[in-house]
Amino acid sequence: MFRGKAWKFGNDINTDEIIPARYLNSSDPDELAKHCMEDAAPDFPAKMSKGDIIIGGKNFGCGSSREHAPIAIKAAGISCVIAHSFARIFFRNAFNMGLPIFCCPEAARNIKEGDEIQVSPETGLIENLTDGKEYRAQPIPEFMRNLIKAGGLMKYVAAYTKEKSEKEK
Amino acid sequence: MLELWGLIMGMTISEKILAAHSGRDRVCPGELVIANVDVALGNDITAPIAIREFEQTGVKNVFDRDKIVLVPDHFTPNKDIASAEQCKILRDFAKKYGITHYFEIGEVGIEHVLLPEQGIVLPGEIIIGADSHTCTYGALGAFSTGVGSTDLAAAMIGGKAWFRVPESIKFIYTGKLKKWVSGKDLILYTIGKIGVDGALYKSMEFTGPALKYVDMAGRFSMANMAIEAGAKNGIFIPDGITEEYVSVRAKKRYTFYDSDSDASYSDVIKINTDIIDLQVACPNLPENTKPVGELKDVELDQVVIGSCTNGRIEDLRVAAGIMKGQKVAKYLRCIIIPGSQKVYLNALDEGLIEVFIKAGAVVSAPTCGPCLGGHMGILASGEKALATTNRNFIGRMGHPKSKVYLSGPAVAAASAVKGKIISPEEILK
Repeated sequence: MFRGKAWKFGNDINTDEIIPARYLNSSDPDELAKHCMEDAAPDFPAKMSKGDIIIGGKNFGCGSSREHAPIAIKAAGISCVIAHSFARIFFRNAFNMGLPIFCCPEAARNIKEGDEIQVSPETGLIENLTDGKEYRAQPIPEFMRNLIKAGGLMKYVAAYTKEKSEKEK
Repeated sequence: MLELWGLIMGMTISEKILAAHSGRDRVCPGELVIANVDVALGNDITAPIAIREFEQTGVKNVFDRDKIVLVPDHFTPNKDIASAEQCKILRDFAKKYGITHYFEIGEVGIEHVLLPEQGIVLPGEIIIGADSHTCTYGALGAFSTGVGSTDLAAAMIGGKAWFRVPESIKFIYTGKLKKWVSGKDLILYTIGKIGVDGALYKSMEFTGPALKYVDMAGRFSMANMAIEAGAKNGIFIPDGITEEYVSVRAKKRYTFYDSDSDASYSDVIKINTDIIDLQVACPNLPENTKPVGELKDVELDQVVIGSCTNGRIEDLRVAAGIMKGQKVAKYLRCIIIPGSQKVYLNALDEGLIEVFIKAGAVVSAPTCGPCLGGHMGILASGEKALATTNRNFIGRMGHPKSKVYLSGPAVAAASAVKGKIISPEEILK
């Protein structure tokens, strides 16, 4: 279950706004986190709290293939992203990095900045605790929840491979 | 059953390539397939993450040292210590595993100019690259798409990647091209029409009789910007123009695929090229396109001619043709970036470099550099640039309060001379 304050962004939030290329000479998550969403909202890294939720419009994460974008969001402590729609490469990268994302146009439209939001990855239920409204996104399937729990695709594969080889012993 | 009823549909070129690489007779949009990749590409921004993930798995070797391509092109020649460290990760990895296609400074070019030029990517292949503009190679009739570093790491280990077979949108270009109009103008016009998510998750298939007037350089520009409409890939049906380009470069066999006449498309969009003027995309999205004539008095601080979109010899010829005997406007910085060493050398042989230098432009070594606000031409607050690059997002070329306009090389060269955005007709009349 994810719970946090909503930070609202517009349509076509691109990877240059999520993590500007001037910081890409590093791939250290903590370093990237310091500049998360900086060109969309310069004070975002300073003002956000651990667990907070990003609300995006359509085509969230468009632009570059840089995994630094979901890495920066995750390392900053954002618990999940809800958007009207996601750009293709970002969608794939987010799950591969272990960042939960939810596609839900109604929630993306109606949730207001500062609302307290609770999201269940098991059911896809999005609750706005501030105004009492509820929305439904696709639940995240079990394998993907395990992948997120493991911390991303490679860690998931490594854990799975280890478990398999131990069983074979 | 469908076969028995004669209802089976044909396949698009993208579906055929995906089927051929996943050991299938046919694939349908929406299906997930695991496919063999012919080339897996990474650069100095994305490969370090992939290499770190590769090393953490403890595997002993790469799947095929000839099929992994490492191109340190973004922040090279190394712009600072951190970038030097990133490039060192690529170099050390290339040495350790004997990677055939690693390009050191002196031979490196902008990846999407370099790979086709070297015959490393070919028609009918599947190419994945940890760079969103990997879709460029679709110009050759290949299925080529950008992925993240993790997908690259997995491909470096196993030589495979999973794909959701995309729906295709067929674009049919008919008509002739107006003077100066290039592939860049066609794609900017197209993105202006469908929007930056107009082809989200889909394949953009570029077809139609007008494309016989678009050379390979123009086709690379078009496929390159498919991602700017949200597409998974952009693809051309290979023809005589493709064959002429590829036959002299290929060192291995390649296959031309064509879409069946009864292939299914999620949309068919007809575009009359007779009405397309020179295009400019205004800040801050590539979809904000206008004919150049509608832009009045946009004064410029910088012009960049280069990038994976427009850094080829054909682009430099157009720019030099306009700048010959002219001077870059006072207080404007004009930066010319040949896309590869070969492009640079050709430009030198043809006297283009001399034209640029005499006009007061600066010529850089091949690099992505300013396109993504890396180095070699960063903008200050409030400054405006016109670039032949592919993105004009907020802060793309420097300060978040700077602005980037996009165009083809003809408008860029003319605008560098005039100091504001202008059509080449205005300075050549």
